[in-house]
Amino acid sequence: MNSVEIKNLDLSFGSVKVLQNLNLDIGQGEFIVLLGSSGCGKSTLLNCIAGLLDVTGGQIHINGKNVTWAEPSERGIGMVFQSYALYPQMTVEKNLSFGLRNAKMPKDEIDARVARAAEILQIQPLLNRKPGALSGGQRQRVAIGRALVRDVDVFLFDEPLSNLDAKLRADLRVEIKRLHGQLQNTMIYVTHDQIEAMTLADRIAIMKGGKIMQLGSPHEIYNRPQNLYVADFIGSPSMNFIKGDLSGGTFRAGDMVIPVDGYDFAEGTKREGAAIFGVRPEHIATGDALASAPIRTQVTVDLVEPMGADTLIYSSIAGTPVHIRMDGQAVVRKGDTVEIGINPKDASLFDPDSELRL
Amino acid sequence: MDASRRPNQLFRNLNAKLASIPMIVTALVVFVGGTTWTVVHSFTNSRLLPKLNFVGLDQYERLWSSSRWMISIENLAIYGACSMILSLLIGFTLAALLDRKIRFEGAFRTIFLYPFALSFVVTGLAWQWILNPDFGIQGVVRDWGWEGFVFDPLNNPDIVIFGILIAGIWQGSGFIMVIMLAGLRGIDEDIWKATRVEGIPAWKTYIQVIIPMMRPVFVTALVLIASGIIKLYDLVVAQTNGGPGLSSEVPAKYVIEYMFRAQNLAQGFAASTMMLVSVIIILVPWAYLEFGGKKRG
Repeated sequence: MNSVEIKNLDLSFGSVKVLQNLNLDIGQGEFIVLLGSSGCGKSTLLNCIAGLLDVTGGQIHINGKNVTWAEPSERGIGMVFQSYALYPQMTVEKNLSFGLRNAKMPKDEIDARVARAAEILQIQPLLNRKPGALSGGQRQRVAIGRALVRDVDVFLFDEPLSNLDAKLRADLRVEIKRLHGQLQNTMIYVTHDQIEAMTLADRIAIMKGGKIMQLGSPHEIYNRPQNLYVADFIGSPSMNFIKGDLSGGTFRAGDMVIPVDGYDFAEGTKREGAAIFGVRPEHIATGDALASAPIRTQVTVDLVEPMGADTLIYSSIAGTPVHIRMDGQAVVRKGDTVEIGINPKDASLFDPDSELRL
Repeated sequence: MDASRRPNQLFRNLNAKLASIPMIVTALVVFVGGTTWTVVHSFTNSRLLPKLNFVGLDQYERLWSSSRWMISIENLAIYGACSMILSLLIGFTLAALLDRKIRFEGAFRTIFLYPFALSFVVTGLAWQWILNPDFGIQGVVRDWGWEGFVFDPLNNPDIVIFGILIAGIWQGSGFIMVIMLAGLRGIDEDIWKATRVEGIPAWKTYIQVIIPMMRPVFVTALVLIASGIIKLYDLVVAQTNGGPGLSSEVPAKYVIEYMFRAQNLAQGFAASTMMLVSVIIILVPWAYLEFGGKKRG
């Protein structure tokens, strides 16, 4: 049985369609990340699942129960917000227990749950403090604790780490992953940060304009993007795209000829004509890695960005600007000529009209 | 000029210092000076003109033995307590209702705030007509056929202060509503979402989460209401002029009457000094609790 099922979900505000005919099945204990740029509808979708927004059409099932019109509190969900949304006048302990006390739960049970949540999140020393006296990371832990004490099946995270600084974000990210491993709950996590998405998710749903562009494991999304949007969105710096023509098993762009024998075409898409050849900066081989790349060419370096662990080179192939990621130890200067290699197996080909993967 | 020398502190930010002089002078002369002058003269027997002929506490003895002053104090206490509670209650309720994402919110907001644009004299006159037994509400209801209906607060000495209270609330609660609404709009949307996910009913959220979060807004509203209560004067003059008899007298009216009508300046000064003292008695402990003593955590 799936933990969360979303069936033909529609949501519009007046004439603006925010979500359109959206379908998503989330398995028991799965960590799903909804990823997209702002305005893509990812937070809206999460609010629909939580019941904070009334849907226009379609159904939402949680644990096999149709909860499309159920109150948020009756759906068996816990939610963590970007702004923490803690009650500032209550101590941490009261924040955690407020919902339970309101539900008239026996005192022992409340104490046990609060104690357990505090232990899991290591916030026992903070229980008597007010949120104003906590740091951002501690506040977010309390917010997670508030979802935890509800003892629910599905956790919803709405950009929980966006208000934290980079170091804390990385720490808390690991902690959320550990928490998921420990609790094995279903988690739905909204973010615009692709690193968070790649590191946390079992599956990522990349959204754009209220639609899911691709749903798949981080590995799949990264290596086999189903369309140009996903290919461009994931990866930093993003994938290099070279426009050209496919004919007789080779891709031609200007004087560049790439045989695509090794390329794994999606079924029934192998054809002649215009195409876009996409290759990630880190998949363009240089130095020692050249040996395994069947296609080689020389490029001139326009700009060098040393980043420590690796070095980014700006250059161009067949008149198209490209980024190339080199080993950080390599010594290159502006104007140098560098030999590069491309392996068609690592590349992606797209149809320029439908923007879909070939 | 020798740039290495430390410049004279007196001439730093000279423009700002010059610009603030008028306000400092006003504050010193009008507020501090005027207050001191009033208090000093309240110990004299000045009648038409201020004289420095001290008579000790005579004016205060006369003040506290005057039944008119006692009625004034009692009326102000009733008006103050009711106005404080009702303004906050009505203002907050209206704001909470407006904040529920209703339609035509702008129109409602304007309607509720509109009385505030009227002066107390206009408000008082309008309510004097509405509460007039012959032409107002009582007259209309009797014309409908309910002959025995009685609603004449302005003509009944026992409840006349409540007739004034109605007008005061009508005039002031729209403004309190606007302040409360601004406070409610400042509450993070996520707080509401969090309480909905936890299944806390809206009324309970207001009482246990939202109102505690709006403490500074409530303090602002209380200060505004309190200052309105203390200076209650024009509303009474326009509605009843203190009548029937002396039953709707208030302290501010007492002060004005003795200073400018009865030509007994010192008696008016004594009354206004008592008003100042009572404000200080209320304000000082509160300010101590709010700003001093305990550290807020």
